[in-house]
Amino acid sequence: MTDILVYALHYEGAFNKNSLGAVSEASRLAAQIGGEAHALVLGQGVSDDLAAQLGTYGAAKVFRAEGPEGLAQPVVDAMAKVIGDHGHGYALFGGGLLGFEIGAGLAARMNAGVVMEVTQVNVEDAKLVAERPILGDSSISQVRYDGELGIIIGRLNAFEASREDPAGPATVEDVEVAYQAFSTSATMIKRGEQRGADINIEDASVLIAGGRGLGKAEGFELLDDLAAAFGGAVAATRAVVDAGWFPYAGQIGQTGKTVAPKLYLAAGISGAIQHKVGMQASENIVAINKDANAPIFEFSDLGIVGDLNKIVPKLTEAVKAKKG
Amino acid sequence: MKICVLVKEVPDAAVQKRLVNGRMDRGGERNLNPYDTHAIEEAVRIKEAGVVTVDEVVAVSMGPESADRAIRKAISLGVDRAVHLCDEAVAGSDVAATGLALAKTLERESPDLVLLGQQSDDGECYTIGAVVADHLKMPSLTQVIKMDVKVGTLTCERQAEYGYDTVEIPTPAVISVGDAINEPRYPSLKAIMGAKKKPVDKLTISDVGLDASQVGELGSRARWFDSAAPPPKAAGEIIEDEDTNETVERIVAWLDERKLLS
Ligand SMILES: Cc1cc2nc3c(=O)[nH]c(=O)nc-3n(C[C@H](O)[C@H](O)[C@H](O)COP(=O)(O)OP(=O)(O)OC[C@H]3O[C@@H](n4cnc5c(N)ncnc54)[C@H](O)[C@@H]3O)c2cc1C
Ligand SMILES: Nc1ncnc2c1ncn2[C@@H]1O[C@H](COP(=O)(O)O)[C@@H](O)[C@H]1O
Repeated sequence: MTDILVYALHYEGAFNKNSLGAVSEASRLAAQIGGEAHALVLGQGVSDDLAAQLGTYGAAKVFRAEGPEGLAQPVVDAMAKVIGDHGHGYALFGGGLLGFEIGAGLAARMNAGVVMEVTQVNVEDAKLVAERPILGDSSISQVRYDGELGIIIGRLNAFEASREDPAGPATVEDVEVAYQAFSTSATMIKRGEQRGADINIEDASVLIAGGRGLGKAEGFELLDDLAAAFGGAVAATRAVVDAGWFPYAGQIGQTGKTVAPKLYLAAGISGAIQHKVGMQASENIVAINKDANAPIFEFSDLGIVGDLNKIVPKLTEAVKAKKG
Repeated sequence: MKICVLVKEVPDAAVQKRLVNGRMDRGGERNLNPYDTHAIEEAVRIKEAGVVTVDEVVAVSMGPESADRAIRKAISLGVDRAVHLCDEAVAGSDVAATGLALAKTLERESPDLVLLGQQSDDGECYTIGAVVADHLKMPSLTQVIKMDVKVGTLTCERQAEYGYDTVEIPTPAVISVGDAINEPRYPSLKAIMGAKKKPVDKLTISDVGLDASQVGELGSRARWFDSAAPPPKAAGEIIEDEDTNETVERIVAWLDERKLLS
């Protein structure tokens, strides 16, 4: 009997899509290794209803802990307590950011192996084997675990959430956690601040995405024109959102939006994995980058090696002319 | 206060891309992980700003002999002193074992603040900070892009799943910084020359109180096997722009073929 414990991240009354994916994945895997999928939620006054919802996605039991939200270390304490009492064989996290911090902290706490950016989990001899792409996704490693606990942190969108049929609500069990002093010494002052305008990039069929290669905030004007010519929207990388050049609502990637437009056109974007995970399902990927070695060319359908400042304005005119 | 900065030697970005017989060539030039220069710069800025008194900025690195070069680069960027955990026994350490070895090395220094980079260019785990923090029993946050330092507290901003978070953290603490936090300076020629002469404290695992069963392959519970190439994806078309109208004509034709202009 090997049970799997999933951390389910929630915010403003809803679970994170990647956490739900992890619950479904755990349920699928647990069935193959003769165990159950369990989930842990931690927060201030998490309702029975919310916690029990995880049953719909495959959790047989939900452990509920009272504690500060949005920080990793309290969750490490809670998971260590639950795993210590119950003896789960694996801990599983969906893609994002908090799960990386929690999973790594838990590995230290419980002397366990941890692997992150996992894209697939297989079962071999009733044990889990994680697939982890390495070296810019040019190779995929198989990772197995020694010891009593294995920790798997998924890549963004690696695990799909699916509703169980028939779905039963999970039993909810409250856990008392004796938090470590250092785990609760940080204070969340403000969470989930939306910097910049509330734009919509998820419904556009054409996305023109810009990155640090635009050079400055005004560089986005070039992309506004091109997007207007297509009748599409403009999106961005974390680098330019962090720099304050573009609204957070328009960010694609690991800590931003996941998009899959008909056409995704990148200008001045290197194609980091954390960006790629949010747009790789796009139907047609076009990239303009002056560096022929940029990773984005590894996954674009059409790559243009050149200066965006020269190409984009001409392309805008040509698209306008063609569309009439 | 004392600030320790974790720095790592990685294959040079230009080299990393090279394929030899279909396999990534990890030999050749090695350099300081570019993300770590932001952590060094932040430490130096905190020292220069003087809001808190920084007695020392110490670089801490784990890696083979060759890492000395990356460590000297860190010194040229403004750290005062360096500690190098250099021991055959740590080769093959996984994330957890690497974090343990770094934590043990840091313990000897009793830092008030540990800074590290957002990710290593070759490992891309973004997690060493969380491992180190748990061993040191310090609060921690990763991907911090703004840090306001006062005596005893740090006010940190970072982007997480739902937007930007502002978190107040007491020191001692472990903070990984995102590359948007600052623009690292270039070292002066004088600093580069001076860095060659500075002493680097070389340590073995027994110096930091570890034995060979806790690190390296023996101490790693994640076991890595047979890497295989992912299923091949049809190679994309590439246009080298010669600054002529042809580039745009070809793009438009390509888009048109796929009915993306209708
Ligand atoms: C935990 C974590 C989460 C992250 N989450 C996200 C996320 O959600 N989304 C995201 O996007 N990133 C994310 N990142 C950051 C990611 O790793 C990259 O740093 C980021 O995507 C890089 O953005 P960029 O491509 O704009 O900048 P860069 O990597 O700096 O690339 C700029 C590119 O522009 C090109 N260029 C420069 N000038 C020109 C020109 N004139 N013409 C044409 N090309 C030019 C350059 O050759 C270069 O390739 C995350 C990182 C971490 C560690
Ligand atoms: N072997 C190492 N020695 C020193 N610092 C390291 C080492 N490995 C990782 N780090 C630090 O941890 C950060 C994050 O690395 P990673 O978690 O591997 O992506 C890096 O930017 C470094 O600051």
